Amino acid sequence: MTDSLTPQPNAMELVVFRVGAQEFCIDIMAVREIRGWTAATLLPHAPRYVRGVINLRGPVLPIVDFAIRLGLPSREPTERNVIIVVQAGPRQIGLLVDAVSDILTTRESQLRPTPDVASETAKLFIRGLLAIDGRMLSLISLDHLLPADDREAA
Amino acid sequence: MLDPMAAIRETFFQECEDLLAELETGLSGIGDGTADAGTVNAVFRAVHSIKGSAGIFALDALVGFAHRFETVLDALRGGGLAPRPEVMKTLLQAADALADLIRAARSGESADEVKTRTVEAALTALLAGAAPPMAEPQTAPPETKPPPDRPKKAWRVRLRPSAALYLKGNETSRLLRELGRLSETYRVTLDASRLPDLTELDPEGAYLEWTVWLEGDLYEYAIREVFEFVEDDCELEIVRVDAAAIEADQAAFPSAVHAAAEEAAPAFGLFPPLDEPPAFEIYDIPAPPQDDVAAAPAPKPAAAAGHPAPGPLEAGVAKTELAPVSATIRVELDRVDRLIDLVGELVINEAMLSQRVFEAGLVRASGVGVALEELEQLTREIQDSVMAIRAQPVRAVFQRMKRLVREVAAQTGKQVRLVTEGEGTEVDKTVIERIADPLTHMIRNAIDHGLEAPAARRAAGKPEEGLVRLTALHRSGRIVLEVSDDGGGINRPFVRAKAVQNNLIAADAVLTDDEIDNLIFLPGFSTASAVSSISGRGVGMDVVRQSVQALGGHVSIASRPGAGATFTLSLPLTLAVLDGMVVRAAGQTLIIPLGAIIETLQPRPENVHRLDADLQVIALRGGFIPLIDVATSLGYRAHPVEPERAVALLVEGEHGARAVLLVDEIDAQRQVVIKSLETNYRAVPKIAAATVMGDGKVALILDIDQIVSATRAAERRAEPCLLEAS
Repeated sequence: MTDSLTPQPNAMELVVFRVGAQEFCIDIMAVREIRGWTAATLLPHAPRYVRGVINLRGPVLPIVDFAIRLGLPSREPTERNVIIVVQAGPRQIGLLVDAVSDILTTRESQLRPTPDVASETAKLFIRGLLAIDGRMLSLISLDHLLPADDREAA
Repeated sequence: MLDPMAAIRETFFQECEDLLAELETGLSGIGDGTADAGTVNAVFRAVHSIKGSAGIFALDALVGFAHRFETVLDALRGGGLAPRPEVMKTLLQAADALADLIRAARSGESADEVKTRTVEAALTALLAGAAPPMAEPQTAPPETKPPPDRPKKAWRVRLRPSAALYLKGNETSRLLRELGRLSETYRVTLDASRLPDLTELDPEGAYLEWTVWLEGDLYEYAIREVFEFVEDDCELEIVRVDAAAIEADQAAFPSAVHAAAEEAAPAFGLFPPLDEPPAFEIYDIPAPPQDDVAAAPAPKPAAAAGHPAPGPLEAGVAKTELAPVSATIRVELDRVDRLIDLVGELVINEAMLSQRVFEAGLVRASGVGVALEELEQLTREIQDSVMAIRAQPVRAVFQRMKRLVREVAAQTGKQVRLVTEGEGTEVDKTVIERIADPLTHMIRNAIDHGLEAPAARRAAGKPEEGLVRLTALHRSGRIVLEVSDDGGGINRPFVRAKAVQNNLIAADAVLTDDEIDNLIFLPGFSTASAVSSISGRGVGMDVVRQSVQALGGHVSIASRPGAGATFTLSLPLTLAVLDGMVVRAAGQTLIIPLGAIIETLQPRPENVHRLDADLQVIALRGGFIPLIDVATSLGYRAHPVEPERAVALLVEGEHGARAVLLVDEIDAQRQVVIKSLETNYRAVPKIAAATVMGDGKVALILDIDQIVSATRAAERRAEPCLLEAS
């Protein structure tokens, strides 16, 4: 739900998406486009959560299966799945999710810290939590989606 | 963003590169005797411009050297120094030293001072040996026996500046003062006849014309030099006249002149009448009765010719500005690269569109089909034209080789003549940047190992001066570079013995002449019996082969004992596209660079042997080559395909290591646009890059070296077969 159409100080516009039963959101400024799933080309020796690469009108982008990345149960993607193309630093990455559910505006001050009890993986990607209209949304940080060159490589 | 000064500095260094190339070409031309009078001037101007600009950046060492160099070139230009071979040699060395100084200034390092000083001393020696211009035979007669009644030499300089000259911050008074320094006897007249009425006067226009008479034994270049930086912004006429004629001229109208001056002077206030005649006289002449000027005051017809109200000189300005339009522009490489990328996308998109249209059931003969075909044609043409923008002639690289030849010749004590052909052959900039190193190696090799010492050449009945020929040409969509020498050719018994000694071949191996010649490309093989500083250092032709293969090219050799050797490099015209073999393995489409593929095979079960759980080898012409299932190697499937059900490709990586790759099927041979995986992801082991196929899917391009070297450990066990396979 949109609080207001006029931007407020510290206002954040967020894209809300669903993976399994959970809802996540990312800053809309990081989102380049949203497109349907197309079969990716497998990359050898890639971590399981890197589904491969696709051609986005020229540039070649890696596809990160967000469910596997978070350690959630994964299913083979179908045509109903969605790829959110995001800008993470210098790179563009395709984020494979189940569906995009909402776009909403909130304020930075609404953000609650991730509880300490959360797992290490969760803490790596979740910048904080938002409670909006009785829903709990996890705000995603894009910094650690891809394996670093020397760390985390499968 | 670069800060402005750094950007200007960068421009200066870029210009220096152009000027150095011009200098080198010019000097070579003078040395060959193929130069005309303009060449000497061009050479002088190149050094002069470098000096001038270097002064702005306070590059004192550079300015000092350039000044000395320029002085010598000036003597050459003036005829005081004859372009004898040894003179030209020193000048070429000076050009090299100048290039070094510029390079040092660019990188902020200090140049080799000893070398600079040596060359500078050599230049000074040239000057000392050069006869002063006055003593030259042509100009000698008036000096040695000046007959008092003979008319003295004099020059008439007519200068009509355009508005652009003033716009660029030049001043006529400075130019006139410089002229005044040239000669004791000096007269100036001003023609203000073009000056319009105040109402019509353009405050930024230029309406004045000066005529200067100079007496004395002056060279035209000395006068022209004064105008060096304004030449393009003025009308300049320098004519040799008889002093007597001037006197007659002057005598004919001095009173008129003075009369006019008295009237005109108050209006200008610039040249007040002088009571005492100074070293030179100034006349203000509204309209001297001379042909060239008399024709001038005709502003009205010009105005009638369509210009709304042009100042009399504006027509002249337009004329001078039209002439020197540069035929080239400088464009940042990034912009061109972006264009090339986009056109690559266009090509892929066009292919995708065609595929979709025909999938949708439209026939090729339909209107859409025909239009698509035209689109395809156009797209290819755009791609070719865009690639042509980045194409550059190999000239710049060849120029560098001239210097290399001089240096290596000096180091080895051999006499070498470099002949280049096909300097205009164009190739993509990405390739140009990377051919210099292999060429350097091959030329060093040709001089150091190919050419014999002068005494040996004489004994063999050859001229003492060895010949190295560097040729570039286009052949079947590739660029071919040849380095040939007229030396002794490859010493096969020696090469063979060396290879046996280094355990590269078995002592009893039976090799053809060609195979022996190709031994020099093996790693660890260096033909120099003594490691020299020129081409020794333990690295040899294997480095050349390696870097050439990395570019998707190959190198071959043809040698005739006693008559010399020819090395041939064949390279793709660009690194933005790649010739590849499209194959399928475990349902994935992959590209194998065509340059790496030697042949395709159909493996038979009886030729395949298992060495251990992981390694199978195939018997091929008496040797054993490791078999690699591509899909297994990339982790696409756990168990390798049965070799007899697969298609096998014999490939060769760097270092000449070979392997047989197994794939499920071969699809097609195709040119593909190379896409980086690192931009949005990271380097992937065994994968060189990616490309986009006609259906819009990404296909990976295999890194043959990494795939082959992954089985290197196993291969070493089968080392002896390395060569038998060739």
